Amino acid sequence: MASNGTAPGSKLVKWIDHRLPIFTFMRHETHEYPTPRNLSYWWNFGSLAGIVLVIMIATGLVLAMQYAPHKDLAFDSVERIMRDVNGGWLLRYIHMNGASFFFIVVYIHIFRGLYYGSYKPPREILWLLGVLILLLMMGTAFMGYVLPWGQMSLWGATVITNLFSAIPLVGESIVEWLWGGFSVDNPTLNRFFVFHFLLPFVIVAVVFLHLWALHRFGSNNPLGIDAKGPQDKIPFHPYYTVKDAFGLGVFLIVFAAVVSFAPNFMGHPDNYIPANPLVTPPHIVPEWYFLPFYAMLRAVDFDIAIPFTGIVIIEAKLGGVLVMFGSIALLALLPWLDRSPVRSGRFRPVFKWFFWVFALDCVILGYCGSQPAEGGWIVAAQIATLWYFLHFLAILPLLSILERPKPLPASIGEPVLKGGGTLAGAAAKPMEKA
Amino acid sequence: MSKALQGGGQPVEEQGGTRRDFLYLTAGAMGAIGTAAVVWPFIDSLNPAQDAVALASVEVDLSPVEVNQAITVMWRGKPIFIRHRDRAEIEAAEAADNDSMPDPEPDRQRIVQPPPNTPVAAATPDSDFLVVVGVCTHLGCIPLGQKPGQPRGDYGGWFCPCHGSHYDTSGRIRKGPAPKNLAVPPYNYLEEKQILIG
Repeated sequence: MASNGTAPGSKLVKWIDHRLPIFTFMRHETHEYPTPRNLSYWWNFGSLAGIVLVIMIATGLVLAMQYAPHKDLAFDSVERIMRDVNGGWLLRYIHMNGASFFFIVVYIHIFRGLYYGSYKPPREILWLLGVLILLLMMGTAFMGYVLPWGQMSLWGATVITNLFSAIPLVGESIVEWLWGGFSVDNPTLNRFFVFHFLLPFVIVAVVFLHLWALHRFGSNNPLGIDAKGPQDKIPFHPYYTVKDAFGLGVFLIVFAAVVSFAPNFMGHPDNYIPANPLVTPPHIVPEWYFLPFYAMLRAVDFDIAIPFTGIVIIEAKLGGVLVMFGSIALLALLPWLDRSPVRSGRFRPVFKWFFWVFALDCVILGYCGSQPAEGGWIVAAQIATLWYFLHFLAILPLLSILERPKPLPASIGEPVLKGGGTLAGAAAKPMEKA
Repeated sequence: MSKALQGGGQPVEEQGGTRRDFLYLTAGAMGAIGTAAVVWPFIDSLNPAQDAVALASVEVDLSPVEVNQAITVMWRGKPIFIRHRDRAEIEAAEAADNDSMPDPEPDRQRIVQPPPNTPVAAATPDSDFLVVVGVCTHLGCIPLGQKPGQPRGDYGGWFCPCHGSHYDTSGRIRKGPAPKNLAVPPYNYLEEKQILIG
């Protein structure tokens, strides 16, 4: 009944589906959608990210109805949401912590892809769309953090927009264009609000492209091998809808606990001081999810010059900016840097270790980013930054050539079914129930 | 089809571009120019508006600022540091003039002198006032050192707490990640102790 191309249901559903096959489409992509049977819980984080996006848009919409994007009103309007708007404190804390949890979920999702080689052929565009979503998320999160117009809002915005002044020749003009003035001021706040409102919907659009690219070849899996036949796959519903729902339940418990009991744990107290353009907070730190990138930005504290001539090619400031954006560009280039035909880290004995070293490196970078840019922390950040770039530019390309992977299993079903493709009927049975 | 239009099956301009290619190119180029002309007002609207540009100059009376005092005024939303330096500070700045600084610039060039051969110039032969934009050239923080008790860094000028840039008594970068000296805003003496910034 599932494969005849028309949706079951009432006459009305059939009438609509004949003209706009949306029910067929939904059924095909969410119910029947054949999915590898061996996905682990690491595969929950994609759908979790989608749900967090919905939570963010829903809370953001109602918050925007109470918020005033003006420098004289913004801070007080946020405090009004916290004190006077019915349930406003809850909505704002959900939105505020939702941003952090969005990044937690997405970072896990990315590292899962890194470990299991989800970026490898034929999923390169799927991966690139993911990097694009990450960039859009970073832009959205950064501009959202500016909106409460506290000290960290103003000074974080000042530091980050000033990055663009590192561009030779046109840098200063670009920064004034971004600001709409000569410093981060009311026009800046106003446009940041507009973009903070707009970009999530752009993210939704790119998420649909991401899903489209995903459904072209289906999910990767912990073994990293392609499905050999129907015995290797199960329909998405109910098997993975129920697994995703369980994961969502666990996620929501943790999320609700933080929102309820430690809503400001991941925030910064300085942002509860109204913005003051005459006083810089003693220690400007971005939100935790930007810390590794912030550490890389600050790691370049030297000019790059032609030896013995003193001619500076790249000033320290521009160098830091290039390194920071380069770290994300490397993610985009990853499918062409890691050429090993084996996807899953399970069968790559050397890669596996370097993966965990890389994960640790990112944590170290994050910690360095949270510390003052002095002495040992600079050196540590420099070493960690160097390792980050070496991992992508040297280790992964070399491993593609030198590493000898373990033998791959014959199929996804084999380890479970002990015989391979003979049990196709067993896999077809649950589909009828669906 | 294009051949047919151009003369009953005779191949016209076989090797070179055809009339149709030319039309495509010119139409495409006009379209691109037209699109750019329409997009420009949208982009330009994000540039500083006229009211922001109009607030771009401010007059400051320096007469109440005693030696060793510093004041901060706002100009274009940025703080301007004005410091009345004593002889020791000026001499320290001039003694440090050399090309090994990150952004070499003699102290004298960072001071706007009153116009020569005027009563104003005679009254202030050697202006003791240093006027700089109080925005760290690294990533735009406000350096410390204007108020008594604030750290002034290793060179007696200003210290940026964000990423540890040290500026000297001429506002020049001496140590830390900032690439440039504190900028000197455009300003002029209107009277002996009256300046117009911007």
